Amino acid sequence: MAFLLSCCILAHNMTIFSDIGRYLLMLKGMFSKPENGKMYWKEFIHQCTEIGFGSLGIVAIISVFIGAVSTIQTAYQLVTPLIPKSTIAQIVRDTVILEFAPTLVSIVLAGVAGSRIASELGNMRVSEQIDALEIMGINTKTYLILPKIVAALLMIPLLVVMAMALGIWGGRLAGVASGIISGSVFDKGLLEFFVPYNVIFALIKAYVYSFIIASIPAFYGYYVKGGALEIGRASTKAVVVSCILILFSDYILSALLL
Amino acid sequence: MIEVKNIKKSFGDKVVIENVSAVMKAGQCNLIIGSSGSGKTVLQKCMVGLFEPDEGDVLYDGKNFTTMKGEEKTEIRKEIGMLFQGSALFDSLNVQENVMFPLSMFTKDTYKKKLDRVNEVLARVNLVDANKKFPSELSGGMKKRVALARAVVLNPKYLFCDEPNSGLDPLTSLVIDKLIKEITIEYNITTVINTHDMNSVMEIGNYILYMYMGNKEWEGTNKEIIFSKNQRLNEFIFASDFLKDAKEMRMLEETGKIPNDRNMDDLLDKT
Repeated sequence: MAFLLSCCILAHNMTIFSDIGRYLLMLKGMFSKPENGKMYWKEFIHQCTEIGFGSLGIVAIISVFIGAVSTIQTAYQLVTPLIPKSTIAQIVRDTVILEFAPTLVSIVLAGVAGSRIASELGNMRVSEQIDALEIMGINTKTYLILPKIVAALLMIPLLVVMAMALGIWGGRLAGVASGIISGSVFDKGLLEFFVPYNVIFALIKAYVYSFIIASIPAFYGYYVKGGALEIGRASTKAVVVSCILILFSDYILSALLL
Repeated sequence: MIEVKNIKKSFGDKVVIENVSAVMKAGQCNLIIGSSGSGKTVLQKCMVGLFEPDEGDVLYDGKNFTTMKGEEKTEIRKEIGMLFQGSALFDSLNVQENVMFPLSMFTKDTYKKKLDRVNEVLARVNLVDANKKFPSELSGGMKKRVALARAVVLNPKYLFCDEPNSGLDPLTSLVIDKLIKEITIEYNITTVINTHDMNSVMEIGNYILYMYMGNKEWEGTNKEIIFSKNQRLNEFIFASDFLKDAKEMRMLEETGKIPNDRNMDDLLDKT
């Protein structure tokens, strides 16, 4: 029984190592001279639109509500009158900037943009569109994957910055609407003990997450084998692995940079 | 001309094709036939470089494609057009954009010039007024014709077709076969077709390679196939009574004789 279990663990680890190897080879294979810069630029702009504008709505809604809930829950826990009300704004600001905007938004984007990338590439693989590009003499890794990663590296940090602003605004809105805190006190609290490094730290996280959000689903989509069922599985796996890697890198980056 | 020399390809322990050699001539329709799992798709994928053969060489006009690297291989690939079984049209692009794609990627022509060329090839495959349609709006036959137009838009020297008639009705199959044949002759292309379609075999097969369980079982022309004594080939090609009768009628026309075991009166009664 123990032997069987060891074999299973070994086989699983071998798959992980082989996946990591193929993932690194895929990244290496992306860097080649584009056949036609104009076509790559067009694809990059298309991906910016898909990843950036395509996720704008969901990011805005989540950010506003996360900020609002943060304000209400912080106020609920601050029961002592010794702590000034402006502290609520400080806590909301720092929570949104440090954690909610980069991490939570990225987890949502792993679902929205990540599954789209995996299923798009998976469908292209299964319907032989990738083979058709290969036969034309196009480096499919460069043409299909690189623009997605570069677009994610550009658009996701912008979405995170937008999420920071909307989260704080949502917190203020909820605080004022529920009578927990006045607008002027909230604004005053926002400016108190502000550490600009927190924004830089959030952006570093956003860049790392962007890379994960684009490259992991691209890997699972690009190497899919089979049919519609496998595309679905690859898409789910891509989202799950991306989320785990986002949380793991969140911990590592916090431990290293804070 | 494409020359295949002693190709072997295996996946894991399973040898899929072994020691296959063939010469595919320019200006001809070269057919690879065989039952499902006989290795014809793997052979074609080895020829276009989608699979790397374990052993053997593929030569394009004398240049060894198997040993080529990077840029050199890309140059050969630019001379290859391929019509896939499922057409492989890009879903997000309309007909015009699909056909224009290779032109945009590999030429510096003006938009007007590219559009003229797109319209020319679309007209060549009898597809007019479909420029703005998306692949999801096209029938199977139309998709194949768009894919054929995309495959030939850069004037390739080599054209590969994987099951060009699969999923098509007999009449549309005939149209596609006729188109491939005409384009092959018109542009002097070396065309390699994987097919199960017996009509294609008889109508357009200038050279036929029959694969059986990963090996070359028979090769010849569409004239020779009628008189072939290869049992496996005959079982594959003339599987139904109808086709057996058709074969014998053709033999009767050509030689005035039919096989000894058949009664001529029976055959003539049927026809």
